[in-house]
Amino acid sequence: MSRPGLLPLAELFAGLSLISVGGANVLFPSIRHAVVDRNGWLDVREFGHLFALSQAAPGPNVMLSSIVGWQVLGLAGLVVATLAILLPSSLLAFAIGRLVRTAAPRSWLGVATIAVVPLAMGLMLASAVIAAKTAHAGLVGYAIAALAAATVLWTRINPLFVMIGGTVVFSLSHASVVGL
Amino acid sequence: MEEESTSRTDGETSREDPTCGALARGFFRIGLTGFGGVGPIARDVIVERKRWLAEADYARLVGLCQVLPGANTVNVAVMIGDRFRGWKGAVLCVFALMLAPIAILVLLATAYAEMADQPIVRTALTGAAASAAGLVGGTAARMLIRLKPDWRQIATALAGLFVVSVLGWSLVTTLLVIGPIALLSRFAKRAAA
Repeated sequence: MSRPGLLPLAELFAGLSLISVGGANVLFPSIRHAVVDRNGWLDVREFGHLFALSQAAPGPNVMLSSIVGWQVLGLAGLVVATLAILLPSSLLAFAIGRLVRTAAPRSWLGVATIAVVPLAMGLMLASAVIAAKTAHAGLVGYAIAALAAATVLWTRINPLFVMIGGTVVFSLSHASVVGL
Repeated sequence: MEEESTSRTDGETSREDPTCGALARGFFRIGLTGFGGVGPIARDVIVERKRWLAEADYARLVGLCQVLPGANTVNVAVMIGDRFRGWKGAVLCVFALMLAPIAILVLLATAYAEMADQPIVRTALTGAAASAAGLVGGTAARMLIRLKPDWRQIATALAGLFVVSVLGWSLVTTLLVIGPIALLSRFAKRAAA
């Protein structure tokens, strides 16, 4: 695995920041492509594991960038990746926030909001599909992903418990590997 | 991601603007306790507990933040911080929001580095990654259903899903192609109505 400098890391995440329409989770395919396929900073399984850790921690979904930064370049990588993913989109939110406070609520902006939200949802669904592939967990993995999705969709169970449950079921189904 | 609630009206927000300390404590709490997505806990703190915003104002703010690039709750932190305490408030709220999650993430990553070679850890994390993928998908599906989408909106979502996950389009291409189509279909609907 090659190691990047801080600058390529900053460029990558700052560039992604402004296109993360619908939240940072839509970035999963882009980050995977850049970090695993194009630059080879991490192998695909390691990347899948980091995704799992970033989802296990509380907080906003920008954490995948932070943990990738930490994994490839330590504390400096963490700080640079986090600032790079946060700053551009936050500056835009700052400017738009001031703009809309003075604008009429039923303006074109409101219509644009309604129009683009479903696209963001579609992008998040695509992220889920690609993340399920990236996990390299086989058929059992796809089944667990589908089950986890259904649980979040139709029940009020805390997502953290869903994740713990999926992890336990998967580990038990691979009992010979884990030595149980 | 937000709960629909009609229990509060616009008149019930807290009378005084929150202090910097109150904002920092509020967003620290949101970051610390927001497992599996911070949306629900953010609404709980901002609307129910602290009463910084009325339900309708918050819903509008979140709708806007969903469309803007960046994590929704980070954008909410920027806008609420700025609204009450200017740009320093915005910086403070984002910092308070990220502090606990980043610290916990570093702990997890350190533990991972120590134990990544063990088969049981690798197997568990593979299962966790599959589960996490399901969480993302389930959350997206729930948000989509909450919108009570018409056929245009469903088609938009499916188009985004298809071109990225099947055709492998980049995010930029997808936004540039599907985005304008989504906008046009929405404005066409409004013009027809």
